Amino acid sequence: MSGGETEMVDMSGPVADAQAVLDAHVREIVQWHFDPDTGCPYWLDRAKSFDFDPLKDIQSFTDLKRFPPFDDEDLRGGPMRRWVPRAYAESPIYVFETGGTTGTPKSRIVIDDFRIDYELFSQTIPDEYFPPGSNWLMLGPSGPRRLRLAVEHLCQFRGGICFCIDLDPRWVIKLIKKGWMEHLEAYKAHCIQQALTILDSGHEIRCLFATPKLLEALALALEDRGSSIAEVGITGIFSGGTEFTPQWTRFATEELLGGPASEGGVYMTPTYGNTLMGLACSRPVVADDGYKIAYYAPQPRAVLEVIDPDNPDQLVEYGATGRVRLTTLTKEFFVPGFLERDEGEREAPCPLYPWDGVSGVRPFHKLAEATTVGVY
Amino acid sequence: MLEIPVIRWGKPYESYEKKEIHHFITGEPIATVDQAGSGIVKRDLSKSHLARQSLTGFSTQELIDRTAAAAKLFRDATLPMGNGTQSPVEFARAQSATTGLPEHMCRSNMEKNCFVLENIKHVLDALTRGLDLEILRRGFGDEGRGVIVSYQAQTDALGLVLPSNSPGVHTLWLPVIPLQMGLVLKPGGLEPWTPYRMFSAFCEAGIPPEVFSIYPGEGADVGAALLAGSSRCMIFGGEATVQQYEGNPRVQVHGPGYSKILLGDDIVDQWEDYLELMVQSVLANSGRSCINASGIWASRHTKEIAAALAERLGPVEPLPPEDSEAQLAAFTNPQMATGTWNLIESDLQDSGVTDCTKSFGPRLVEHSSYAYLRPMVVHCRDAERPVAAKEYMFPFVTVVECPQAEMLKKIGRTLVLSAITEDPEFQRQLIDATHIDRLNLGPVSTIKLDWLQPHEGNLVDFLYRARALQTANSRRQGVSPAVEATSTNAPSA
Repeated sequence: MSGGETEMVDMSGPVADAQAVLDAHVREIVQWHFDPDTGCPYWLDRAKSFDFDPLKDIQSFTDLKRFPPFDDEDLRGGPMRRWVPRAYAESPIYVFETGGTTGTPKSRIVIDDFRIDYELFSQTIPDEYFPPGSNWLMLGPSGPRRLRLAVEHLCQFRGGICFCIDLDPRWVIKLIKKGWMEHLEAYKAHCIQQALTILDSGHEIRCLFATPKLLEALALALEDRGSSIAEVGITGIFSGGTEFTPQWTRFATEELLGGPASEGGVYMTPTYGNTLMGLACSRPVVADDGYKIAYYAPQPRAVLEVIDPDNPDQLVEYGATGRVRLTTLTKEFFVPGFLERDEGEREAPCPLYPWDGVSGVRPFHKLAEATTVGVY
Repeated sequence: MLEIPVIRWGKPYESYEKKEIHHFITGEPIATVDQAGSGIVKRDLSKSHLARQSLTGFSTQELIDRTAAAAKLFRDATLPMGNGTQSPVEFARAQSATTGLPEHMCRSNMEKNCFVLENIKHVLDALTRGLDLEILRRGFGDEGRGVIVSYQAQTDALGLVLPSNSPGVHTLWLPVIPLQMGLVLKPGGLEPWTPYRMFSAFCEAGIPPEVFSIYPGEGADVGAALLAGSSRCMIFGGEATVQQYEGNPRVQVHGPGYSKILLGDDIVDQWEDYLELMVQSVLANSGRSCINASGIWASRHTKEIAAALAERLGPVEPLPPEDSEAQLAAFTNPQMATGTWNLIESDLQDSGVTDCTKSFGPRLVEHSSYAYLRPMVVHCRDAERPVAAKEYMFPFVTVVECPQAEMLKKIGRTLVLSAITEDPEFQRQLIDATHIDRLNLGPVSTIKLDWLQPHEGNLVDFLYRARALQTANSRRQGVSPAVEATSTNAPSA
């Protein structure tokens, strides 16, 4: 692990308060998932093989280390009902999938989590740039993805109407793997054409979700027409879905969005998220900080840690590089200690988010060679 | 340490993403190279018309003169390189340090580039078959035969995705500036040196900086953007790259050459007379080039030929890169060497295949951060052995026994073919064979290139398209009688 400079972090005050909230939340969630009246078959069955009693022995976030490493292969295939908490047996169930280019994708069940996550996220985006009541364009994946419904819900929650495109990210990955780059460009152009059609159709779109690559493609397509993101009326962009780098954020800010929002440009907020976690917000990204992007999970519903990949129970020092580990703690879904396919630097708590964050998120170097990043 | 920025139409751009390149033996950092992204490339490509506009503001003679001036600067001057400068000696040392090519070969490649630039007038004269280059600038003109000719530029700038492992290929794009088109270069990750030094040399010689862009970065990102966004692009890569872009009229792809020497039945009994030519064709420039011979085909004496070649090539050992006798380039990524060796070991399992260099010691020489593969000579009892169609990035040659009558059917695609024969019928068949690109008739080494001849397609034909252009004025004057005689639209008498 590369070492960073050890920062002195004040662990009292808001940080300690957040920790107390997290520990209480852990107790509540573990009780819920391991109580036969409310828990799901998967965890109730797994508990039989544990050498501890989750109902008694898990009293804090630190106690979650007692769970064996979560095997993400368990997320592949059915029956999906094994993940449904008994308390929600009668509720309508969504299944959201990840990956799936080849073979059986990983999936999870959702009832309301995506709505809750995005309503929380809604509180973090400024009304000045995401005006309540305004319409959105969802320039991202369609199909069995959480993102499509979540962005639509975010828009509806804020009083707007969401316009979507058709985009199959699995086909994009296949095109890249086959080296069919002309087809890839054609498919991207097909997606952008759908977006342009929506923007040209009098829908008064003001807000946009886009992956970095699609945002770039849209901006360049508009530039080709002598226009820009700002000129078509978009004032706020929520971007995510694939890797974000400070260099790309700087390029987008300086050359695609008309400069920093504080100087009249379009506002863009990078996010990091997935089907398991929900959505990690970034603290404000500014030029003075080298466009550094630091993400903070929506604690206590999810916790991001940056750990030593050779010793997953050991956090790296602040500023040092490690693998991202995710713990999901909602009443719908409980996953302790899931090792993400990403790495990054551990970030100290900040006033807005008094818990650990992660910056410089990128594919975990030991897995990176096998990872294909598409337009989504 | 040198810091090398992205160049965006002549302007340095400092990226937040940087890549350090190191000395392949010591690990010492040599430079940090700023990395571009695909968005920057795509955005800048939309302004490439300004590069052509700038260059067509010069007369072609001015461009040729300045190109010739750039030649000497490239070879002899201390030139800007990122935040510092680089003398010719420092250039060769840095290029060797990051690519693994011996320093004297780096100097030799500098000479090659210099030669092409110095002789650009003759090169262009040959490639255009004597066309007045002002016709390219103007778009049309009269060659002096009373016939209007028109050549239409197919792009404002040529995009290039360049390799890391073969500094010799840069000669291919040097004529682009005097052909009045901008250059958009993605250097190989380990070889930023030639593109940046060439940029400096051209600028010092009076070519406007704003006609050059240089985008170091990831191939899958920057290279893909360049290929997607350029009307004309040149890419260097392996067989997979060739297959991917073959037949794409916007892309000129340069991959493995599978260059060969054929010994005709009429001379094969005197094969020893050509041994030195064969050795040089295999070994020169460390065997890395697409013009190095990877196959020697004959109908008889093949075992003796292979043994004699092995006797010469087998003992060649790695020497330090600064040694003027060094003949082998290092694999700066040792896994490439071990991967190649594994493939060869598999090839050697085939019956009818003999490793003739086996008795000269191990071929794979491994170090912690780099490796070498020593020359190999492999005998194939017939052309059906799969190894007969292989080419590797080091001096590796198969000596294949094949009846002359079957050679043309079995050699496959061949970039340079040296046919040592005086049999007129065989020569005729060779001349007609469309799977041979460069044909050398007689005892000419595969590595001996005549710069006045096209290489894997004529660059001028790639960048300009001949098309019809008629003017009312010329028809009135009747300078083109053929037009009137054959026109279906001739005014009635």
